[in-house]
Amino acid sequence: MLDVQNVTRVFGDKRAVDRVSFTLHQPGFIGIIGSSGAGKSTFLRMMNRLTDATEGRILYEGQDILPLRGAAARNWQSRCAMIFQQFNLVPRLDVVANVLHGKLNRQSTLATMFNLWSRADILRAIDILDRLGIAEQATKRAEALSGGQQQRVAIARALMQDPAIILADEPIASLDPMNAQIVMDTLKRINVEDGRMVIANLHTLDTARRYCDRVIGMRDGRIVFDGTPEQLTTGVARDIYGADETFNEHATSTAIRPERAVPAARVAVH
Amino acid sequence: MPTVLPASARTVDIREEYLSLSRRKRMYGGILLVVFLAMFVSGFRIAEFRNAASLSEGFSRILDFPRDLITEAWEKSANLPAHAARAFPALVETVNIALVSTILGCILGTLLALAGTRGLARWPRLIPLARRSADVCRAVPEIVIALVLIFILGGGPVPAMIAIAIHTAGAQGKLFSEVNENVDLKPLEGLASVGANWWQRTWLGVFPQVMPNYLSYSLLRLEINIRASAILGFVGAGGIGYELRNAMTFGQGKFDQAAAIFLLLFATIVLVDQVSSWMRNSLTRGRGAQ
Repeated sequence: MLDVQNVTRVFGDKRAVDRVSFTLHQPGFIGIIGSSGAGKSTFLRMMNRLTDATEGRILYEGQDILPLRGAAARNWQSRCAMIFQQFNLVPRLDVVANVLHGKLNRQSTLATMFNLWSRADILRAIDILDRLGIAEQATKRAEALSGGQQQRVAIARALMQDPAIILADEPIASLDPMNAQIVMDTLKRINVEDGRMVIANLHTLDTARRYCDRVIGMRDGRIVFDGTPEQLTTGVARDIYGADETFNEHATSTAIRPERAVPAARVAVH
Repeated sequence: MPTVLPASARTVDIREEYLSLSRRKRMYGGILLVVFLAMFVSGFRIAEFRNAASLSEGFSRILDFPRDLITEAWEKSANLPAHAARAFPALVETVNIALVSTILGCILGTLLALAGTRGLARWPRLIPLARRSADVCRAVPEIVIALVLIFILGGGPVPAMIAIAIHTAGAQGKLFSEVNENVDLKPLEGLASVGANWWQRTWLGVFPQVMPNYLSYSLLRLEINIRASAILGFVGAGGIGYELRNAMTFGQGKFDQAAAIFLLLFATIVLVDQVSSWMRNSLTRGRGAQ
């Protein structure tokens, strides 16, 4: 289904992404973990064609999407939705208008300028918002919403694209633990119910273990781990992050686990 | 579509609300378009009516002057380099007027902008004063200031310089304060938290953010001022405008001189544009490399 072959991106003399290869046969939930600057974001941006690759191939259902240009590249982008850490909505437009932007690839420029969306599209946008539980916010400006709500609007925009793949670049890094869980649950639902592939860059290991079918670890642009969540032990995580034995993922974890050794008070402090 | 679910009563309300909202927006847009078109047509017809000759009749004659100028200059093209060399000192004077007045005006404009931006001003109560001063500087045409100053000080480059500097201060005060309004206040809060005073906060928190915009607006203003100081030459403020007026008005047969001056002015504007885009690029690259 998706076949990534030796994808490389060079910035100046730095190899931000270095010969990344992996294959996916079904639309699963894939997590990419690694420290900042490991090349996770650059890789997702290359998949969405926001950034050009230096070399390599990304085959989706047999078609290499990296050489696509112009309208063909924009058509690919409409099938491969992107969700950003900072939501990247248009703050001054209302929520439904932001969701309707998901259809822009199939809307003419003139119709866009005169705001001529079809009744069916508007109703579908509101239905998607309803599905994500934020239909009450439909007429508000995007900037008036909280972070968690804005991220759900961004997911609604992605769903409006009716994409085969959803790429999420640290979708919960700017959110509090409760909103983070709502957003991750939503992504998981889309993955399971709609059968859309989700590839998410994640910061927290417990999130990766809980939601992903498969975890890819990156360090200095290379894949250093590729396996199931169960294989992602603390020792493996130390290798991925280049940390020594003082690294303890529970120190900054936001998971609430009263039965574990971590005292509740300490969780509250962090 | 798997995303479409049976709508609850609440969702139906939201649907109706949004659909009527978008219908209303579309109607407002349509009305605005009609009003705009009506203003355009009526304005055009008034201008046509007030004009001595109708535009449609005069249209064919619009190109008469450039055609005469080009044909005459073409016939005497051998004279062009000599004319250009003779006009060059006057061009230097014009560019000098523009440079001095741009620097002076931009410094004044920066102060006006800092004093007139909400959230940044040292004395918030004086914001209206700063804004109105900038308005006044901008509202009086520079040619009026120049004529008054020429009457007081006599002809020469100084009146032109002061007149353009005043106008520049007003225009840049407005543009710079709009740049200031978009400043990210978080660094300022950080500097305030360590006990920095207003000048320190402005110098370290505001200027690094606004400098690229200030610079590009100032370079654009330099181009505008070169043209403005050329025009002021027409009313006796020296520089290349004075030469141009002589070449264009005194009888026939001097159009080759006028063409040489136009070419010089054009080359100067192109040069300034190239240099300014190079400066802007190096500034943004320098920031990116850090």
